[in-house]
Amino acid sequence: MALLEVHDLATSFHLRSGLVRAVDGVSFEVERGQTVGIVGESGSGKSVTCYSIMRLIQEPGRIDRGVVMFDGEDLFKVSESRMREIRGGRIAMIFQDPMTSLNPFLKVSTQMIESLRLHSDLDYKAALHQAIDSLEEVGIADAEKRIHGYPHEFSGGMRQRVMIASALLTKPDLLIADEPTTALDVTIQAQVLDLLKRRQEQLGTAIILVTHDLGVVAGNCDRVNVMYAGRDVESGTTDQIFYEPQHPYTRALQKAIPSLQDKGDLLYTVPGTPPDLSKPIQGCAFYPRCPYPKLAPPEGPQPEIVVLTKGHCFQDCQYCDRSRPIEDVLTRDVPEAAE
Amino acid sequence: MTRTVEAVIGAEEDVRREPEAIEIEQGASLWRDAWHRLGRNRLALISLFIFIAISLFCIVGPFLSPWDSQAQDLMKGAQGPTAEHWFGTDTLGRDLMVRVMEGGRISLLVGLIATVVALLIGVIYGATAGYVGGRTDSVMMRIVDLLYAIPFTIFVILLMVAFGRSLWLMFVAIGAVEWLTMARIVRSGVMALRKQEFIEAAVSLGYSHRRIILRHLIPNVLGPVIVVATLTVPAVMLLEAFLSFLGLGVQPPNASWGVLINEGQQNMEIFPWLLIFPAFFFALTLFSLNFLGDGLRDALDPKSARD
Repeated sequence: MALLEVHDLATSFHLRSGLVRAVDGVSFEVERGQTVGIVGESGSGKSVTCYSIMRLIQEPGRIDRGVVMFDGEDLFKVSESRMREIRGGRIAMIFQDPMTSLNPFLKVSTQMIESLRLHSDLDYKAALHQAIDSLEEVGIADAEKRIHGYPHEFSGGMRQRVMIASALLTKPDLLIADEPTTALDVTIQAQVLDLLKRRQEQLGTAIILVTHDLGVVAGNCDRVNVMYAGRDVESGTTDQIFYEPQHPYTRALQKAIPSLQDKGDLLYTVPGTPPDLSKPIQGCAFYPRCPYPKLAPPEGPQPEIVVLTKGHCFQDCQYCDRSRPIEDVLTRDVPEAAE
Repeated sequence: MTRTVEAVIGAEEDVRREPEAIEIEQGASLWRDAWHRLGRNRLALISLFIFIAISLFCIVGPFLSPWDSQAQDLMKGAQGPTAEHWFGTDTLGRDLMVRVMEGGRISLLVGLIATVVALLIGVIYGATAGYVGGRTDSVMMRIVDLLYAIPFTIFVILLMVAFGRSLWLMFVAIGAVEWLTMARIVRSGVMALRKQEFIEAAVSLGYSHRRIILRHLIPNVLGPVIVVATLTVPAVMLLEAFLSFLGLGVQPPNASWGVLINEGQQNMEIFPWLLIFPAFFFALTLFSLNFLGDGLRDALDPKSARD
């Protein structure tokens, strides 16, 4: 049995302007020790999926349906006090912006020890030693002095490392990293990702890595979930997603990675913008932006999910002709741009 | 330079010594640090010293003075400062120094107790409203609006009529009014903080709501709260003077600084010392509290630390 099973998760926000279906029927699994990437553009429901798993959705958001099984427990059914034990203890989370995710008024030591002591029986001294050790693990030099500093005395990259250290302090089974490198510059990004990988190997933690950077996914994930407009459009192993993309959106994304294309070619971009989620979507959400020749106007519910090979499935939309490779489609569509 | 060299040489010893030193820092490290930083602020320290001195003067003074604050000696009425009566006497021949001391007891008591009461209620109420948000927040803040709308004087008169006249009732009445502003300030501060990632991080670490409010939210809004608190103390003292003037507060022959200043200003041109002495102590107290408040605000902000 997988460590985490998310089945048909749907979360919506009840705003004055209407109902926004931020996540609409997402399913995936995370095995122990595995890294699962969730990719998609801004507003595709990546973060909301994570917050829903942790039951951190606040008003006016609401989890409409779905099951989240974590190690045999249905997280949507357990009590709030049990949920508090799981949060931080068995599932930890790190956030996008390390500048604001530490309390500026408390010393780093206080913050790290607080969560560790909440989830274990350690006394202060033992907790402090563990906290110092874990800071050393993430490469903070002079950890036993620095730990008594305040967050503003650390740089952005260091703070994210502190966040990783404190998230992993309780040795959680699952770490949800919500765009952990988005706010960092590229050199620090690589450091942080390497660090996550190393700690994962040491502790056997499973990671859900939320990102919009396909490069990050390629280097770090075992499996990938591609999200679009709150839906899962394709999921599979990293190789499957990169070498045999099936859904038009995944193909378009793959086509838009600069380093995968030939030098000198015009860089492909996916035209248009994601749909407005407060309006009901007929059939395929990607239809309006789909680069393939269109066959029929979309209608009805979401396209069926079909399994291509083991572990590789995608939304099989019947509204466009996917038979040709995307390059053909493109050269036909933008002949003058090639000049 | 020398420090670095020492640090390198003494590094090994440091590692071994560290755990003991650390142990003391457990718990309220925020307050320990704040206290430490306050110690480096000379103005705040002087203010603290002056405030303690005034308090001691008022509390201990009457026991040491040969005069009784209520003993009248009409033959010596309205004298300027003499060797016998250092601050002079009032129109009824009572020693002004003892009256200033005893008045100070009441003023300081009212000022501090009412402020602390307002602080406690206001901070907890405002933080809860701001943190919970939604409908609870609306209801809680409408209650505050409602209480704001009740005229203060009528409120106090009603209390006095219902419960009789007492000093404690005055604390309650003043505290009940002053917490409203505090609650509003804390609520707005908390609402701004609630969306910050470190609060989300705190939730994601499995902290209870109580812990988040008390440990993570309130310390972050203490800066403005302390500023308001230092402004509340003089406001409360003036309120007390106002109530006493209406006959609802301190009754003669007892006195407070407010009452003494009030009496003094009536005879300001003929017997100026009746105004000068109580007003001097009142002003000195307010100054010291303001500087202390400023110092405290800086001390509580870890970012203001300069080594």
